[in-house]
Amino acid sequence: MAERTPFPGTAGHLLEVRDLSVTFPQPGGAVTAVRGVNYHVDKGEFLGIVGESGSGKSVSSLAVMGLLPSSAQVSGDILFEGRSLLGRSDRELSRLRGEGISIIFQDPLSALTPVYTIGAQIAEALQLHDRKLSGQAAKARAVELLKVVGIPNPERRAQAFPHEFSGGMRQRAMIAIAIANNPRLIIADEPTTALDVTIQAQILEVLQKAKDLTGAAVVLITHDLGVVAGNADRIAVMYAGRIVETGTVDQVFHRPSMPYTIGLLRSMPNLATAGHTRLVPLEGRPPQLANLAPGCPFAPRCPAAIDACRTTEPPLAAVSGNPLNASACLRVGEIASGTLKRDGLYPVPEAVAPAVRAAVTPERVLGVDGLVRHFPLTRGSVFKQVIGTVRAVDGVSFDLRSGQTLGLVGESGCGKSTTIMEILELAKPQAGRITVNGRDVATMGGRERRALRSDIQVVFQDPMASLDPRLPIQDIVAEPLTVHGVPARERLKRVREVLDLVGLEPSMASRYPHEFSGGQRQRIGIARALVTDPKIMVLDEPVSALDVSIQAGVINLLEDLQEKLGLSYLFVAHDLAVVRQIADTVAVMYLGRIVESGASEDLFEHPQHPYTRALLSAVPVPDPALERSRRRIILEGDLPSPTADISGCNFRTRCPLYQVMDPPAQETCRTLDPPRRQVEGSSVACHHAERIDLMS
Amino acid sequence: MTGFIVKRFINYAILSAIATMSAYVLASIILNPAGRYLGRNPRPSDATINSILDGLGVNPHTPVIERLWTWLVNLVTHGSLGDTVHNTSVVSEMAARAGTSLRLLILGTIIAALVGVVVGVWGAVRQYKFSDQAISYVSFTILATPSFVLGILLMILATMLNTATGMQLVSFTGEYTPGLDGGWWAHVWDRAAHLLLPTISLALMGAAGYSRYQRSAMLDVLSADYIRTARSKGRTRGSALIRHGVRVALIPMSTYFAYSFATVLAGAAVTELVFSWHGMGEMLVQAISESDINAFTGAILFNAILVLIAGTLSDVVYAALDPRVRV
Repeated sequence: MAERTPFPGTAGHLLEVRDLSVTFPQPGGAVTAVRGVNYHVDKGEFLGIVGESGSGKSVSSLAVMGLLPSSAQVSGDILFEGRSLLGRSDRELSRLRGEGISIIFQDPLSALTPVYTIGAQIAEALQLHDRKLSGQAAKARAVELLKVVGIPNPERRAQAFPHEFSGGMRQRAMIAIAIANNPRLIIADEPTTALDVTIQAQILEVLQKAKDLTGAAVVLITHDLGVVAGNADRIAVMYAGRIVETGTVDQVFHRPSMPYTIGLLRSMPNLATAGHTRLVPLEGRPPQLANLAPGCPFAPRCPAAIDACRTTEPPLAAVSGNPLNASACLRVGEIASGTLKRDGLYPVPEAVAPAVRAAVTPERVLGVDGLVRHFPLTRGSVFKQVIGTVRAVDGVSFDLRSGQTLGLVGESGCGKSTTIMEILELAKPQAGRITVNGRDVATMGGRERRALRSDIQVVFQDPMASLDPRLPIQDIVAEPLTVHGVPARERLKRVREVLDLVGLEPSMASRYPHEFSGGQRQRIGIARALVTDPKIMVLDEPVSALDVSIQAGVINLLEDLQEKLGLSYLFVAHDLAVVRQIADTVAVMYLGRIVESGASEDLFEHPQHPYTRALLSAVPVPDPALERSRRRIILEGDLPSPTADISGCNFRTRCPLYQVMDPPAQETCRTLDPPRRQVEGSSVACHHAERIDLMS
Repeated sequence: MTGFIVKRFINYAILSAIATMSAYVLASIILNPAGRYLGRNPRPSDATINSILDGLGVNPHTPVIERLWTWLVNLVTHGSLGDTVHNTSVVSEMAARAGTSLRLLILGTIIAALVGVVVGVWGAVRQYKFSDQAISYVSFTILATPSFVLGILLMILATMLNTATGMQLVSFTGEYTPGLDGGWWAHVWDRAAHLLLPTISLALMGAAGYSRYQRSAMLDVLSADYIRTARSKGRTRGSALIRHGVRVALIPMSTYFAYSFATVLAGAAVTELVFSWHGMGEMLVQAISESDINAFTGAILFNAILVLIAGTLSDVVYAALDPRVRV
């Protein structure tokens, strides 16, 4: 640090966490969620803390705020501006909270008190630390803060209640509260996890702006390596309650020295490179913190583990003499020097051998033409009157060919879930046509429709909620067969087959869902879908609820199954990197329409629609060099309400291309609804796709 | 918003009317007003009985529908609810008694609500600690005690207190001491002394129930993210729980308060009898035992109006507490 030591005893660090341990006593044995964590943050620094769920990253930051439940046993020391925070009373800490350190929580939907206005909640933060501040002045300052975080029309919006704000706006309000008293440290605990990618880009920008404005140091806690790549100065990777690697962003991303970090980086589908290589999964799952075996907690999953790893837990040791770049691995020397190759550490899984690949004849297995689903908005209980229409799906067309994957992407509320629900219903749609295997579903009888259901199966997003906790998994998996009247003996045989197929031990068939990890549960969900031997699988966000290190295994499994069984996938997701990894063709949805569709390669390399381009640019890439160099297109505002009647092109209200167009071209956007047309490799719904480069 | 409240009010008014008419029909079918006269010695002639019953409008020989119609017409044109079997008008009887009941009810409910909320919040914040367990046991014991037992227990305690201090500190028979000399203050003091025990009795029953609901409502709120946010702004745990927690936990309670205000009437009937108060509860019980159809319907109407007011009030309070339901 260039500055002189402002806080004696902590070598000038703004925040220093020393050997922090947090234990939660529980009836079944104490759980130590944080086990000896050391880190520091300097003035104005941006530290990223990365880890999967259960790694202790949130608990350690709540410990800093003094917001852990009273049952938690905290040891070690936390020094803020040279003063120890542990053992202080709630009253003393409350003077520091919000004034010296503030925090932004993950879920903006529940983090604001529903009964007070946004303005009042910001003013409250101000008045708590400045008793002399008048109510009037606090209100005025609250409005100012809302303006800073980019809330349009702040005077009026300050009077609004949290439920009148969208998720992104609430998170902006949370940031306004956090920066209200010009804190020296802002902790952001997964601030964008619950948000869409375009909103995530907005929030990260606001956070960066808030940091610049207040000069505060920021600790950003996230599970998404991409989010920290472009923003953070240094990062710390946590695993099983400890920091296992720390260093500057470049050090950790380009020269990781802990096998876990290496594996994590390899297992993530990267938007820039996805689809060319197979993902490298991190086998196994994080250890249970309740009864941790001796030795390195990562050893059971580590391909480089040696005998010593299973007996001694390695300390965080400096890599090549630099104390700021440290790694908790016994073989750090070998990895750093290159004796142990990073690239060769994890074996790349074999692709399915050509011999076992299913032969598929390219044909259209699922066709959707002009599908429409409108929901009337009604008012009144006795005499219902229609006051508007939600255009959830508004003329969607696509084809799915056998043995192929169609990725359907879009932000939440764009209508992708409604689309697949309409397809799965196999009934006559409000308008348009759905054909399965060339047969129009509207013309089918009940018997034929039932038979068809075994051909089209679905895997849901949440692997916990979609499995009945009271049934053993053999009953869960066999359920579609009971519907189709398959005899019991055959059912069991089939269940064992599919469990084997998805990589689960058939002997586990009599266990219950709670005995499985998230990744295993999703495999059970896939097995249930496969049991009827379908031709088409609808995958509704199948990996978005899984931890990064687990995702890769499930994606690989899906790819393998497709090759072996000749399945066709309709893959719905909001994570574009995952879609690029698995999809052959991609359709991008916006407000109930498909705005662009085309071959995956074309669409990701040369997006032709301004929305696709903005969406792709909003996705953070886990590569700091790339992340710093590229320019983001930030979409303004939120997704308009699907009830809104927008004349002409429905994207023009947020379109960055529209803004740079000349008036006659803008007139076209305002008055004419753009039809889909072929531009380069993609089919695009934009009047001015040829001039997309004006946007940059 | 006003439109919504008005709509709800009309709804409740219709419901109250239906409830009262159903009560009239039900009472006319079940109660046998002639029985009162048959047992007299000497037994009045059938013609006399019939003429008395006709005069009251409760003669079972007239079809129920016709009697209900007459009763309704009388109510609408004269504002009359008919006469009681004691030949007093039901309306005047109610006018004399309603104040007594309302005083007891309103005071009891307000104290019960305050105590219930405080005790419930306290119990939730100290979940599973000794004080919470103690509160739970006490409130379950009170809930399991019939209200007349509670009333009598309180009387015994008061008598012990009076004997111990050697003076009439707490009085518990009637609403006031008849023929009391003294100024205005003496009368106020006398009434308050009489009010004490029945109010405690009602408030205890109410508070025991409220505190259970408030405790669970508060427990839902305790772990809410916005409490954590409030603390992260610089509130202490206690202040965050009160400013942000209790405020939200009160929302579901408003409905419960309002409705239980009306249902307390049932409990109050027993309390009034135990403490010899001449209120609406006593009127209801007497009406049933004397097969007095008109008085019974009047008492039910009173109850229905309470539900009507309470329901509307609960809607207003709910909207005031929760911005999410305002339209």
